[in-house]
Amino acid sequence: MSDDGRIALSLTLNGRALDVETPACATLLDLLRDRLGLTGVKKGCDMGACGACTVLMGGRRIKSCLALAAACDGGAITTIEGIGTLDDLHPLQAAFIRHDALQCGYCTPGQILSGIALLAETPKDLAAIREGMSGNLCRCGAYPNIVAAIAEVAGL
Amino acid sequence: MSGPAFSYARPADVAGALAQGARPGAAFLAGGTDLIQLWKAGLAAHAELVDISRLPLAGIDLADGELAIGALARLSDVALHPRVMAEHPLIAQAIAATASGQVRNMATVGGNLLQRTRCAYFRTQGMACNKREPGSGCGAAAGETRQAALFGASAACVATHASDLAVALTALRAELTILGPDGERRIALPDLYRLPGQTPQIDTTLAPGELIAAVQVRRAAGLAARSTYLKVRDRASFEFAVVSVAAALRLEDGAVVEARLAAGGVAPLPWRLAGAEAALIGRAPDARAFAEAAGLAVEGAQPLADNGFKVELLRRAVIRALETVGATA
Repeated sequence: MSDDGRIALSLTLNGRALDVETPACATLLDLLRDRLGLTGVKKGCDMGACGACTVLMGGRRIKSCLALAAACDGGAITTIEGIGTLDDLHPLQAAFIRHDALQCGYCTPGQILSGIALLAETPKDLAAIREGMSGNLCRCGAYPNIVAAIAEVAGL
Repeated sequence: MSGPAFSYARPADVAGALAQGARPGAAFLAGGTDLIQLWKAGLAAHAELVDISRLPLAGIDLADGELAIGALARLSDVALHPRVMAEHPLIAQAIAATASGQVRNMATVGGNLLQRTRCAYFRTQGMACNKREPGSGCGAAAGETRQAALFGASAACVATHASDLAVALTALRAELTILGPDGERRIALPDLYRLPGQTPQIDTTLAPGELIAAVQVRRAAGLAARSTYLKVRDRASFEFAVVSVAAALRLEDGAVVEARLAAGGVAPLPWRLAGAEAALIGRAPDARAFAEAAGLAVEGAQPLADNGFKVELLRRAVIRALETVGATA
């Protein structure tokens, strides 16, 4: 920790090594959005309920609003900015478009990252997808299409 | 929103953590899923967070009939551990019913046991709550009591404990290893918690600077084949229990020789149903035995204005859980 209370971190962010300083009280969400400009990470409830802030840490989905940035030192973080490109979408991004799995789009980055992590858990049926996605809320109510998009990529 | 600023420390070893955690104003940070929420809501004010999440207390070991889970094991790692799933399915089921996938990847076993009540009067600044602000009164007892406890409450506090895992571990007679400035001690899990009485602001029997190092479950192998965690809640997923029941039986020659029952959502701590357990011993696992046990499970319930339905719900949940584990066909 430096004299002014800031803490030096080394992260791997979307595949790139990065050194950054953070206040002790900052969440990973605030660090990513406000300091590093990765605004694909959304702040919804900021209390761990809505899932809009979902990112991958070491390949596992977490809620970045409940993670203290300082505690993520050394971690490998993936945000939506690290998933696909306009010319080369991730299969789940393409499936979201095909299935119209969004309306306003605010929850979508979190839905996609959560869905990618869920796909790695190989859900066995639609019920497992619904259960596995319960940590991501969609105020527009696109749930049936979100489940359909994930199911397609899962081969269900 | 959010509480006062804190400093952050990440001690390199357990000894360092115990030394730093004992300092006034310090709190241990593990997964943070409850502590950071509490801080953001202005319900926790600590001068320093001592990050223990990387200490070597996250192992999951099965040897000599004992399951030992490090307190810093993440919930998802416990629930998806092949031998936990096979030999302690009650634990795996209770965790699978807990929170969401993201939270289970972050939250630790010790932190789950130590989460504070979800009572809305506690979680909302400005409401009367003796647990948050001693002497301010119990807003819940005088207000919305749907979620309130049936057992173990006091005039000062009617809040319930929300951990699913604690209910399963209570049924399995788990013990905790506690580390602190004065060394190591072992306690039965329910003894971690205290009833509210006149001091509901104190949730547990941990002394300042103590931390949970591990959870041990012994002699539970015979219960694996007949165990279940039944969670009744207002939503199908990502919701706390209105009522939950952990049940396990061991049968020999068509009779119950071992019975384990605990309930969640009904008391300030995971609630052992000892009378119901005892009533099942030596009995055939049939509807009459289950109904009698369920009747004993709700004996002594003290419902308030809005939670009387939980008495019948608990009775029926006990019966359903016993039917699940007692099926002999």
